[in-house]
Amino acid sequence: MQFGIFSVGDVTTDPTDGRTPSEAERIASMTQLALKAEEVGLDVFATGEHHNPPFVVSSPTTHLGYIAAKTENLILSTSTTLITTNDPVKIAEDYAFLQHLSGGRVDLMMGRGNTGPVYPWFGKDIRDGIKLAVENYHLLRKLWREPVVNWQGEFRTPLQGYTSTPAPLDGTPPFVWHGSIRSSEIAEQAAYYGDGFFHNHIFWNKEHTEAMVKLYRRRFEHYGHGAADQAYVGLGGQVFMASTEAEAKRTFRPYFDNAPVYGHGPSMEEFTKMTPLTVGTPEQVIERTLGFADYVGDYQRQLFLIDHAGLPTSLVMEQMEMLGTEVVPVLRKEFERRRPAHVPSDPPTHTSLVAAGPDAPHHLVEPARARAEELAQAQA
Amino acid sequence: MTHRVLVVTAGLTVPSSTRLLADQLAEATSAQVGARGESVEVEYVELREVAGELATFMTTGGIPTPRLTELRERVSAADGLIAVTPVFNASFSGLFKMFFDALDPDALTGTPVLVAATAGSARHSLVLDHAMRPLFAYLRAVVVPTGVFAATEDFGSHGLSDRITRAASELASLVLSQGDYGVGGFAPDLAARPRRTPGTQVESDVTPFGDLLRGHTGSDPR
Repeated sequence: MQFGIFSVGDVTTDPTDGRTPSEAERIASMTQLALKAEEVGLDVFATGEHHNPPFVVSSPTTHLGYIAAKTENLILSTSTTLITTNDPVKIAEDYAFLQHLSGGRVDLMMGRGNTGPVYPWFGKDIRDGIKLAVENYHLLRKLWREPVVNWQGEFRTPLQGYTSTPAPLDGTPPFVWHGSIRSSEIAEQAAYYGDGFFHNHIFWNKEHTEAMVKLYRRRFEHYGHGAADQAYVGLGGQVFMASTEAEAKRTFRPYFDNAPVYGHGPSMEEFTKMTPLTVGTPEQVIERTLGFADYVGDYQRQLFLIDHAGLPTSLVMEQMEMLGTEVVPVLRKEFERRRPAHVPSDPPTHTSLVAAGPDAPHHLVEPARARAEELAQAQA
Repeated sequence: MTHRVLVVTAGLTVPSSTRLLADQLAEATSAQVGARGESVEVEYVELREVAGELATFMTTGGIPTPRLTELRERVSAADGLIAVTPVFNASFSGLFKMFFDALDPDALTGTPVLVAATAGSARHSLVLDHAMRPLFAYLRAVVVPTGVFAATEDFGSHGLSDRITRAASELASLVLSQGDYGVGGFAPDLAARPRRTPGTQVESDVTPFGDLLRGHTGSDPR
């Protein structure tokens, strides 16, 4: 199972001393976070992508390329790559290039983004969000899998005789996750292609997350990629730890109370009950996190949100230390203990995808096409 | 068959004149449904009881809370709605609006709604028409022609009970005609039936991806 962290890359004032980091400081602290992830034995660092203040994360592959050069084993990922407003041609090129730089330590999580004006800034219409995600991702799959692409869709200028360069490392496109909080269409999309499904989880109640993951699992099986419990599931999580629960709460409360996303609303205690947020000891975090598998099933990737709401880098690094030394080693052991033998522990990696060979379904643009046609015929 | 009418009231005090008006509207509606040989079950929702949950819902981008989720489901399961608000600063109260802001845009599609308001003086009576009707029109609800406005002084007048009876009668007729979408064989167009959902559940009947992909594979005839 893979464990890691995901960052939204916000520049937020520290509510305890009123200090706001500069963009340079924030970028440097994210880099430090990623390097720390590898140092303490985590598997994944995922960066968000935004194109508006107060975020700094407008250029994920630049950042991930730098981190790739400074790390050996860390998987570089995104949370999320905007499949709606980015040109899929540029995504195909940038992330294939990153594969080559990093020796294949790349996967991506597709998302639609959540800031309305970003769509018109990039010449798109937010009301087309789902259609853009569908069309652009399909084109991305072709660009990574067909040597020469001829394309005419609804949203981008047509392509005639286009070859995306560099081709994916070892002719093997990166594994892709699809992140969605509410849209059943995106769970369906992930299931159709046999890709992973990631639920942000941290702003929602567990019943909702459970329903979204169940939908994805059911449709993954429907499209013939394997049994429902073998589908690739990733979850977010949000924690703040100290050696006692009281200390964790005392330290984190001002950050919680002023957090950009949920501050000035529910109390930390209410939010802890409503969502997976855990503020307490490493033992409490372990217990809560293990409980996630009780409602989504045995899953493959757990990413934690650690560096937000204005938390200073020093505190974030302490959290990383605890996560790496006290929490994740226990989680690894306990999650494997409960996992049935036929359920994969890890999601596909570059190594496993290369090992599966060029005839594996991963290399098809639409691995489920034949199956879907069969099903449609049977229904008719 | 028993019909269900939900009374949503945004009164803040106990007792409140808003609830008093709501009670009279509910009783009159029960009587009007009864007079048509049918029965109705009336349920009350005091928005004050979910004020905190509404604030949570708004500040967290819509995290569902237990009581609010249940209320949203009850709203979308009701055959009719009686919505009553006090007038604050020339419009419905903020609490009243917060509740309707927390509903799915399809929560009330095609649902009969009786609008009513209370205020200290008759000068606010147009709130029914300049604030409440547009809100329910946006939600594609069917607002009955008679709205009921009660200024404090109206609680001592005849006119109010006449208006209550007329509005209740209109609501009763619409509640009882729910579900008529043409006689089978004559109007088979079930697609025309209003779609209604509380928006509290993940939809399990997902659109098959082949349909989502149609026209977007890059090689479809355009």
